[in-house]
Amino acid sequence: MLAKRVVPCLDIDSGRVVKGVRFSGLRDAGDPVESAAVYEAQGADEVILLDVSATPQGRAGNLEVVSAVREVLSIPLTVGGGVRDTDDVARLLTAGADKVGINTAAVERPELIAEVSMRFGAQCTVVAVDAAARNGGWEVVVRSGAERTGFDAIEWCSKAAALGAGELLLTSWDRDGTGDGYELDLVAQVAEAVSVPVIASGGAAGSAHMIEAFQAGASAALIASILHDGLSTVDLLKRDLLAAGVEVRP
Amino acid sequence: MSLVVVPTGTANTASIFAALRRLGADPVTAGDRTQVDTADRVVLPGVGSFGAAMSEIDRRGLREALAKRVEEGRPTLAVCVGMQLLAATSEESTGVDGLSVIEGEVRRFPGTVRVPQMGWNRVTVPGSGIRFLTDGWAYFANSYRMVDVPRGWAGASTDHGGSFVAAIERGDVLACQFHPELSGPWGSGVLARWLGRAT
Repeated sequence: MLAKRVVPCLDIDSGRVVKGVRFSGLRDAGDPVESAAVYEAQGADEVILLDVSATPQGRAGNLEVVSAVREVLSIPLTVGGGVRDTDDVARLLTAGADKVGINTAAVERPELIAEVSMRFGAQCTVVAVDAAARNGGWEVVVRSGAERTGFDAIEWCSKAAALGAGELLLTSWDRDGTGDGYELDLVAQVAEAVSVPVIASGGAAGSAHMIEAFQAGASAALIASILHDGLSTVDLLKRDLLAAGVEVRP
Repeated sequence: MSLVVVPTGTANTASIFAALRRLGADPVTAGDRTQVDTADRVVLPGVGSFGAAMSEIDRRGLREALAKRVEEGRPTLAVCVGMQLLAATSEESTGVDGLSVIEGEVRRFPGTVRVPQMGWNRVTVPGSGIRFLTDGWAYFANSYRMVDVPRGWAGASTDHGGSFVAAIERGDVLACQFHPELSGPWGSGVLARWLGRAT
């Protein structure tokens, strides 16, 4: 049976790992290559790099960081941030990404999802969706949460999957960095609406939150602050997950 | 030792290169028929769709050289779509002829499970006939797979909506549906044994 995945995420700004709360107040959290290698050694199932300043600054992601992380990593690497077109995707894949996350550009031009999926395959097309609670549902936000779109998050996730996304990286803007737990209703509704895997993101403070996300239908649980701040390690979290009967790669 | 990675399309070969280099090998990209024919070792990486990869192989005139290597059991590693190309056909690209060196059809996973299969799954090897593979956890990223081990090959299995073929080997040919280059220390061990390096 396919194991549930524990996925550390490194938000990158100017070549350093950073972490904030609700995408703001970024603080330094270390060197990306070092962090990625440590998390792999702890048992991480894959690593996500998000260049959080790329889209706000109108530039593509940091290829040097991608290459440097690739050299040390023998598990999958997903890279996102600032991807505008298929050429950006090609550059990130050449630099060493296995999957590429598209967010703002996909919302502005949904056909990009189909273009990337056709050219590189669904298995490397990850659509990242940032969702903020609104009127009892969730609205897609872009540009690191600075801009509301009017799109319903569940509908957008279904559309992204239909266009060729092979995976959805679903982040709750409200929960990001708060440690309040994943937005479980959002995770459950998206996991129900699509047949591709869903990575739950935003709000994890420990294994109990991750167990909830898997029960809600997530295929993978993204974690960041708890690792960067030294509150736990991947192996300790996985020990809890195994004890709770969640199938993870030991 | 010459180690050649066949360019089968646009996507990522950085991971397989990095993994082979970490084992002390010196892989080069080579898409020329003579190079594929004479290289000590050839890697057919997992890239893009079945149809796109076959069309690139035909454009480069590599169909016969690759098929011959596999039939003769010379050191060849096929990964993900690379493994599927050994079959005659795939549901992913109907009407496209594969290398047709193994029996069996490549079909999409059933609708009862999430597709693509994306993540780590348990690989189980049979009791005998296996040199490169061991029991362990491998990283998969695929929507299509083979269900039966082709006649004349030894195969390892995995379950996702039913049993499917995780990898097959015969002679010095190893074909993996999973990505050994992304399967951590276990995957690195598979690559090392195929490279003939002690682990």
